[in-house]
Amino acid sequence: MARAASPRRKFLTTLAAWAVALVIFFPVLWMILTSFKTEASAVAMPPEFLSADWTFENYETVWSRSDYPRFFWNSVVISVGSTLLGLAIAIPAAWAMAFVPGKRTKDLLMWMLSTKMMPAVAVMIPLYLVFQRTGLFDTKLGLVLALMLMNLPIIIWMLYTYFKEIPGEILEAARMDGASLWNEIVYVLTPMALPGIASTMLLNIILAWNEAFWTIVLTTTKAAPLSAFIASFSAPQGLFYAKLSAASAMAILPILILGWFSQKQLVRGLTFGAVK
Amino acid sequence: MGKIQLTQVRKSFGEVDVIPGIDLSIEDGEFVVFVGPSGCGKSTLLRLIAGLEDTSSGTIAIDGKDATHLPPAKRGLAMVFQSYALYPHMSVRKNIAFPLKMAGMSEAEQAARVERAAKVLNLTSYLDRRPGQLSGGQRQRVAIGRAIVREPSAFLFDEPLSNLDAALRVGMRQEITELHQSLKTTMIYVTHDQVEAMTMADKIVVLNAGRVEQVGSPLELYHRPQNLFVAGFIGSPKMNFIEGAEAAKHGAATIGVRPEHLDIVAGGPWQGTVGLTEHLGSDTYLKVTLDSGEGVTVRAPGEVAVRHGDRVALAPQAAKIHRFGADGKALA
Amino acid sequence: MSTQSTRLAARLMVAPSVFVLFIWMIVPLAMTLYFSFRFYRLLTPERSGWVGLTHYTWFLNSPDFWLALFNTLALVGGVLVITVILGVLIALLIDQPVKGQGMLRILVIAPFFVMPPVAASIWENLFMHPQNGLFSAIARGFGAQPILFLENYPLMSVIGIVSWEWLPFATLIFLTALQSLSSEQLEAAEMDGASPLNRFRYIILPHLTRAITVVILIQTIFLLGIFGEIFTTTQGGPGSASTTLPYMIFKQAIVAKDIGRAAAGGIIAVILANIVAYFLMRGIGRHLDN
Repeated sequence: MARAASPRRKFLTTLAAWAVALVIFFPVLWMILTSFKTEASAVAMPPEFLSADWTFENYETVWSRSDYPRFFWNSVVISVGSTLLGLAIAIPAAWAMAFVPGKRTKDLLMWMLSTKMMPAVAVMIPLYLVFQRTGLFDTKLGLVLALMLMNLPIIIWMLYTYFKEIPGEILEAARMDGASLWNEIVYVLTPMALPGIASTMLLNIILAWNEAFWTIVLTTTKAAPLSAFIASFSAPQGLFYAKLSAASAMAILPILILGWFSQKQLVRGLTFGAVK
Repeated sequence: MGKIQLTQVRKSFGEVDVIPGIDLSIEDGEFVVFVGPSGCGKSTLLRLIAGLEDTSSGTIAIDGKDATHLPPAKRGLAMVFQSYALYPHMSVRKNIAFPLKMAGMSEAEQAARVERAAKVLNLTSYLDRRPGQLSGGQRQRVAIGRAIVREPSAFLFDEPLSNLDAALRVGMRQEITELHQSLKTTMIYVTHDQVEAMTMADKIVVLNAGRVEQVGSPLELYHRPQNLFVAGFIGSPKMNFIEGAEAAKHGAATIGVRPEHLDIVAGGPWQGTVGLTEHLGSDTYLKVTLDSGEGVTVRAPGEVAVRHGDRVALAPQAAKIHRFGADGKALA
Repeated sequence: MSTQSTRLAARLMVAPSVFVLFIWMIVPLAMTLYFSFRFYRLLTPERSGWVGLTHYTWFLNSPDFWLALFNTLALVGGVLVITVILGVLIALLIDQPVKGQGMLRILVIAPFFVMPPVAASIWENLFMHPQNGLFSAIARGFGAQPILFLENYPLMSVIGIVSWEWLPFATLIFLTALQSLSSEQLEAAEMDGASPLNRFRYIILPHLTRAITVVILIQTIFLLGIFGEIFTTTQGGPGSASTTLPYMIFKQAIVAKDIGRAAAGGIIAVILANIVAYFLMRGIGRHLDN
């Protein structure tokens, strides 16, 4: 707003806003604090906000004693792999629908989105059986395929809204300048769409990293990513609070950082350009 | 060489005939302007020539060769777009060199041609900037530069000046005209602005609803419009049309008199009351409501001391009265 | 608006996406439909055969199914109401001239990036745990009995956890929408004598309509499939008190290994989702046009 608020009002709203933000953020903060406490201090009553003896021990234990690095690596492979594969299929499709729209393009886009509405449980059983029979069950490749297909409509939609903003005249100019379809995509479209492609990639890595249905249903231990690993963590009954917190912190930190970088693009991306 | 021949070219989008069938020939070296109101099909016609749209039927021949089904890149034409369509991620140099690169020309030859074009267009000191750092007029020149380096057989312009402000537009208009005079290459220029058409064209094609209303030199259209549409479209302010008894006196359904051909003379045959007056200094425009109820515009040279509500008498210059039949066509 | 050759190229480029999505949709759906009429248990693979509508009538006659249906709708509805109302209020607050707005956004958005199992585990163990949770510590601090969240209020607890995850999303979208509201409009309303409440009612709220619709549409898509949070915390219990339709079908398939029955549940879920989707799509379709 153009007008300067009175200092008193600004102080009060700042105070209120920070209070609300801290309440929302508190569970994450509490988890991070707990991850640096000893197990005894983590369950101490009354709770200790600032522990007497801070320790990195939990992180060391989690990283060295469990199969944690493998789960972490699985998460990386599955989320990045499914996103890259999805982009490879989606970029040509989004190009076509954005720049060569036909009468049915809109219906096609709606149909693609509608596949997201299909409850995952409805396709779970055949997929579970097919995966079991074909040997895709509990493999990284299987999860890459499943998550790619799950997120493909979102990838296509996001790219579509980004491509839509590139004026068609520029592509026509390239055509007049003698560029083949391939040259047009390599020299003109891709460099112009790079920011959009990057934020689509980031957002889909986040979605895939946090996915917790297919990762639970389609894996046991070998290919399980972090989401399945944490979900199956048996109730620790007060003994492993600090270690559980450390494992959780490591599971969310990479994505939290990526997410903070992409938060400007997040709204646009997830609302398919409807809110900018 | 840049002779373009359209034969019965038709374009329809689904059920709608945007262009019902046009025959047109454009001679080598000519500056042809397609002019008409928005939605008249002038841009579509240009895009058909460019190859950005397929023709529904008919043929387009460039330099005597059938080009109807050639892709845009193979037609040897260059186009300047309304939005300039510069590649925002490339420097000016790379923008201009892009068509040469696509044609597989050697780096040295590319550089030489870009330098030459930049010199002609006064862009030499901007070659390493991005389009985003240039003014509207400079972007326009880059777009033209990208077109001329290819040495095309014809240039196509799609409303290239509509995004510029009024002063710049006059300047660019002259630059494009001068460019045509020095290159002597065929140019096809689309605009909705009849002033641009009149000042630049060797030949004007007036389009309306996908049909060619008249083809001719600017002065032919001004002096001898073949129908009411052309008469009303060419000339500013617009020609006055009078129907009824006054037209019948001249043996026509409608007569037309341009504002500059109406004189204010005591005892003139048309009496009326002055409404709005616009004083431009060089001219004075008067809106006069005739006693018969019709409103006419008068363009009087210099300053005229009349005010709102004054009574005036007008006389049309007898030789400058255009007569039209009931079908809207000009009577001989 | 293009030539035939580019149109052909365009079709070829869309084809792979359409093909894989079609396979992903239709093949499993057809198989599910087929299984839903079959006797098919993984534990007794030698028995098989057609059973007609038995699986469907089992669901419709099962009180657990109706409870699961209610739970699903309550979960989606509850989370929508909480996130939209709180989201608008928090967005209005942060949109005020405050110090450190960038940092505030970062704090508020954080829960959205926390994967569902971790979110559920934080709440279950660090907050709602009857012995060691922070809530029980607070309750005891006041001399009260700790509330047994997951035992006595399982569905409410799940709604709370899911709302915490989705509140940032709603807030961020509303905040973005608010920032696109021209301050001139608000100043004009102020000149016209509108009180702050009236400015909210007649200027800000209508401006947010589109954003609210979008939030409802997108959250519904994701909330209908909520799974990880329940799997991690209540496992659908106690009894079936927090079992949603997806979780019930999961139990039939993976725990009871009754493929036929689970398939029938899947088909029922598809029908329900289609009913919801029909209304959602009409909403989204309108937004596509402008």
